Amino acid sequence: MTAIPRANTFVELQGASVTYGRGERAVTALAPTDLRMEKGDFVALVGPSGCGKSTILKMVSGLLKASSGWVFVAGREVGAEPVRVGMAFQNPTMLPWMRVRDNVLLPLKIVPPFRGEFRAKRNTEFRDRADDLLNQVGLKGFADKYPWELSGGMLQRASLCRALIHDPELLMLDEPFGALDQFTREELWAIMQDLWIARRPTVLLVTHDLKEASYLANRILVMKARPGHVVEDCAVDFPRPRTIDMTYSPDFVALTQRLRELIVSVRPKAEPAA
Amino acid sequence: MSSQARIRLASTSLLVGFFIAWELICVIFQIRDIVLPRPSQVLMTLWTEAPGIWPHAFQTIYTTMVGFGIGIVAGVLLGVLIGSSKIAYDVAYPLLIGFASIPKVAVVPLLVLWCGAGTAPAIITAAITCLFPIVVNVATGLATTEPELEDVMKTLRATKTDILLNVGLPRAMPYFFASLKVAVTLAFVGTVISETVASNRGIGNLMMIASSRYDVPLVFAGLLILAVMGVALYAAFSIVELRVTGWTRRQDHLSMG
Repeated sequence: MTAIPRANTFVELQGASVTYGRGERAVTALAPTDLRMEKGDFVALVGPSGCGKSTILKMVSGLLKASSGWVFVAGREVGAEPVRVGMAFQNPTMLPWMRVRDNVLLPLKIVPPFRGEFRAKRNTEFRDRADDLLNQVGLKGFADKYPWELSGGMLQRASLCRALIHDPELLMLDEPFGALDQFTREELWAIMQDLWIARRPTVLLVTHDLKEASYLANRILVMKARPGHVVEDCAVDFPRPRTIDMTYSPDFVALTQRLRELIVSVRPKAEPAA
Repeated sequence: MSSQARIRLASTSLLVGFFIAWELICVIFQIRDIVLPRPSQVLMTLWTEAPGIWPHAFQTIYTTMVGFGIGIVAGVLLGVLIGSSKIAYDVAYPLLIGFASIPKVAVVPLLVLWCGAGTAPAIITAAITCLFPIVVNVATGLATTEPELEDVMKTLRATKTDILLNVGLPRAMPYFFASLKVAVTLAFVGTVISETVASNRGIGNLMMIASSRYDVPLVFAGLLILAVMGVALYAAFSIVELRVTGWTRRQDHLSMG
């Protein structure tokens, strides 16, 4: 039987599961999961460690093959699709031998149709494009610095620029704000929201931070571990653009509180330490 | 920076002091030339015999550089091959270590058998002596690329070649240049060994002939030339390394680790 992707759906998981190892030692990282994301959607995955959040993200970005089931992106099986994907991790992973601008430009060097024009435009159009993006995230004047000259928060901003420079249709964010201080984090949330409103990529965000998920996402999927699966799909309908002040409103607090209760109640019973 | 100047001064005075002490010990204990010539004698020999020594020195440096060149090309290719996949790395490593641990002196007679005495076995000895540190370093540099860095490239649908050219090779550069410093001195060792065993030219041959004539000052003159050439090449590649991979020295606080 061949699965058929549904119309109007940009990302779709049909019974997709991931198992590591074989036989008795097999560990199910993700139980068969169904998931649909519209084009331009902003979905956050929250849950305890080991609940398969990152596994879903890796499957959708094509880094990990599903052990069973199907993963479709843009109506085709993942990997075959000519979709532009951007990715940012908790670790900014800048290449230390390149200036910040060249790091940001890296995707244009790789991804078609830009790669064909890279040599011709790297010092003109593409350069301006990188500098514009760096200005938007508050890194004006840092394009010619090397990564070791920047702080962790600045590197993370640059990493976001690198994830967005090739105008990705699909943006994968794997806890990109996790290692930052609260004020930098909140500022980057606002920047992220602005960028999303302006460009409307389809975003999948993995996070531990419930406030972050509620501030940024249109939908929050709460996950449970052992085996990893989705237990709740909450719509978040606060008006955009959202502000940090909003996060202290009763509705917002009620939402994060509900998410928190879900996660605490779905957490497996503590086992004796190994 | 003053501490750096002080270290440089101390290191120079140690060098000068070493030769002065040598000279003094020879004079005080009246050591005969045939056992240990004084540095001043060695320098005199170097000066008076220069027209005879020079072609040999040129031969040695020429052989070393050609062998080193071949070693670099072969070493980088092998290193890329082995380092580009985890499986190749694990499979080939034991064999590589096996080859690397064979003393290269033992191979020279075989090379002479195959290519005759002269420049050819010396070049090959130089190449195989300097090959392994380059292979091992390039392969290690490639094999230890951060997985997240590769993930970023893979989500962009980068090909293996894209990843190698944009991430792998630049990242392996510090390893590569660190190995060149070691490799160039090893190439020297290879050349001189081969010249000593089977050649009628080169510093190694000059020293063999000089020692058979009990011309000990000339032997030491040969050693001195080798030392100077070795230090010069080491220094040259240290400077190249500093120029090309300066970024490694300033990223110690970086989260990339």
